[in-house]
Amino acid sequence: MTFIEYRSLTPAQRVKYKVTEFFSLLPGRLKVFFAAIGKFFKNIGIAFVEGLKGYGKRFAAGDMSTKLSYLVMGFGNFTRGQVGKGIAFLAVEIAYILFMWNFGLYYLNKFDTLGTQLAHQEMGANGRPYMVPGDNSMLILLYGTLAILITIVFVAIYVANTKSAYEAELNHKAGKKNLTLKEELADFLDGKYHVTLLSIPVLLISVFTILPLVFMILIAFTNYDRGHVPPGNLFTWVGLQTFRDVFKVSEGASKGYTFVELTKWTIVWAIFATFSNYIVGMVLALMINKKSIKFKALWRTLFVITIAVPQFVSLLLMRQILQVDGPLNVILGYLGHEPINFFNSTPLVARTAVIVVNMWVGVPYTILQTSGILMNIPEDLYESARIDGATPVVQFFQITLPYMLFVTTPYLIQTFVGNINNFNVIYLLTNGGPNKDANLYQAGQTDLLVTWLFKLTMDSNDYNTAAAVGILVFIVCATLSLITFNLSKSSRNEEEFS
Amino acid sequence: MIKSYKLQRTIADVVIYVILAVLGIIWVSPLVWLLLHSFRAEGGVTVPYVFPKQFTLDNYKALFQKNGVFDYPRWFLNTFVVAVFSCIISTLSILMVSYTFSRLRFKSRKMFINIGMVLGMFPGFMTMIALYYLLKAMNLTQTLPALVICYSAGSGLGFAISKGFFDTIPRALDEAATIDGATKNQIFWQIILPMSKPILVYTVLTSFIGPWCDFILVRIIMGDKRDNYTVAMGLQKMIDKEYTQVYFKQFLSGSVLVAIPITILFLRMQNYYVEGVTAGGVKG
Repeated sequence: MTFIEYRSLTPAQRVKYKVTEFFSLLPGRLKVFFAAIGKFFKNIGIAFVEGLKGYGKRFAAGDMSTKLSYLVMGFGNFTRGQVGKGIAFLAVEIAYILFMWNFGLYYLNKFDTLGTQLAHQEMGANGRPYMVPGDNSMLILLYGTLAILITIVFVAIYVANTKSAYEAELNHKAGKKNLTLKEELADFLDGKYHVTLLSIPVLLISVFTILPLVFMILIAFTNYDRGHVPPGNLFTWVGLQTFRDVFKVSEGASKGYTFVELTKWTIVWAIFATFSNYIVGMVLALMINKKSIKFKALWRTLFVITIAVPQFVSLLLMRQILQVDGPLNVILGYLGHEPINFFNSTPLVARTAVIVVNMWVGVPYTILQTSGILMNIPEDLYESARIDGATPVVQFFQITLPYMLFVTTPYLIQTFVGNINNFNVIYLLTNGGPNKDANLYQAGQTDLLVTWLFKLTMDSNDYNTAAAVGILVFIVCATLSLITFNLSKSSRNEEEFS
Repeated sequence: MIKSYKLQRTIADVVIYVILAVLGIIWVSPLVWLLLHSFRAEGGVTVPYVFPKQFTLDNYKALFQKNGVFDYPRWFLNTFVVAVFSCIISTLSILMVSYTFSRLRFKSRKMFINIGMVLGMFPGFMTMIALYYLLKAMNLTQTLPALVICYSAGSGLGFAISKGFFDTIPRALDEAATIDGATKNQIFWQIILPMSKPILVYTVLTSFIGPWCDFILVRIIMGDKRDNYTVAMGLQKMIDKEYTQVYFKQFLSGSVLVAIPITILFLRMQNYYVEGVTAGGVKG
């Protein structure tokens, strides 16, 4: 059904259409979503089994020098005239062995317990006490993870080495000449260009994003909290205990209660922050772009200039302006109003204040981003509406808003996810306050889950709880985004332009 | 009838002008307040009136005098250096990744894209602590290279918008170039990149501005080493409880000095921003 067909339905039909569409599509969407996840793991499994099969097959079929390169990497290439490639493979093998011997094995050995002994004094044979260095659980976990990741990469290179050796053998037997190092390198600028372009970013991302991420995910399954901070203490694996704590609602201040309360507020916040910006921004964009309005550049600049100012400056500024003795309250005083304590009276006032300030920050972005799409709404829709005597307000709610919702759903979901993770606004404006609910654990009443995560890490050293909260936030955001991404046009029609 | 219709339209326009003017004032007035009060001579943190009574340049001059606690010029330089390096690395990796995902076809492409998207969805500072210890193990904490690494290492994950842009460039160009014997490397540098000015400018701009605005990573990495703070971190320090009475006006003038170059950059490149975002971001 196209947009115009949809608009020609009666309201009752529309509701029926939307409801049936939602429920008829929902199982499909969920199926597609879980099928995609399933397929992902299936593909990995298949690739693994195939790799293993090929690995064995090549060993059986290969000749002596291919077989030898299962032990000495690069040997097969070396004997078939690919000296450079062979040396490169060998260098990788030596480097890996050296790394594991000098560094990796030590930490991997202790990975299952994360260390058993603290630093302590012992009596030496000569009767003098000396210090025995203890285990540091944190370093064991970090370097152990590093060693595992490096091993995975090494295995991939190792399998590639066997493949390369076998191919070199086949080529040799067929009487063809193997590529020289120079030719192989030249291929990296053409046929294998994706390897060249991706290698450095992937390396950087692996070390500085994936490794820390895996580490933090693992932390969620340990008891690394304020009572177990290395090097003075050890921590160890506790399975799902941290998640149980986060979900357990009990009397008094507890993590469970805090999690429930903050989740509620995070959802309310995300809904309000997303839609207030979306609607107000769109109305303003419509006004600025109306044909009869002059000085378009001036109006746009007035709003857009707030984007240009660094966000921390504008947010700290807003915090200052909204203080009890700040300029806004001075103006309210001129108008004969009592000063309002925006950030530290009731939660409702503070929450409203952050949502309004967030509009000040976010509306200009919406103006910029929706202007283009608004211009694309077919003019004849408005024309016929005007002939039927529709006022601008009716036109907005009957044409513009439905059209925009129809077209920009993926963008909206993205913004929604962005707002769930909107750290800056809350942290800089209220830092979570006011804090009148004594049952909240390390959090205030405007804290979002992400700012709570931050406080748990920085202020109270409850690393395991923070990691668990992070994982939960991730699951929600990832599910939302993947469902919409896989169904949005931009992913389905990816090849449209090619 | 015609006349009244015209009248109606004029009234509508007037209403719109009024709304735009009022909202425009609301939107700009905090910035005007910032500018005016950065020149304020009297008072400490707040004054019980809106417009300052006396103006002076002292707040700006004080920023550039070394007084032991705060070294604003140094922070400015730090931020600039960090921004330039991380801008170069980020731009290169974003363009490389997005070009690869958009125009090259290889076996595990879809898988890489999905992994990239999933990684981008974890809350960013979940990794902070691990990152800190990693940098510590490399002996890099409290140094500027550590900041460059933090800002630019993961930037390849932000490929979505520029990939969307590259997707809109016709594939026929690549094919024609391939027939003429160009390698993929040449196509990237000599054909696609020169055509991608809007997204190039957009990427450079966003990755250059990033370091000027971050205050979380700096706090974790630099700790108490004030000499290596960036502007954002330093300005935040100025309004900590212990300093705010003395330094609040310097905070205002310091903020103005950061905001000016970024605002100029941004306004100059606004059109590229809009072009880049609308071409690459929202395809519906």
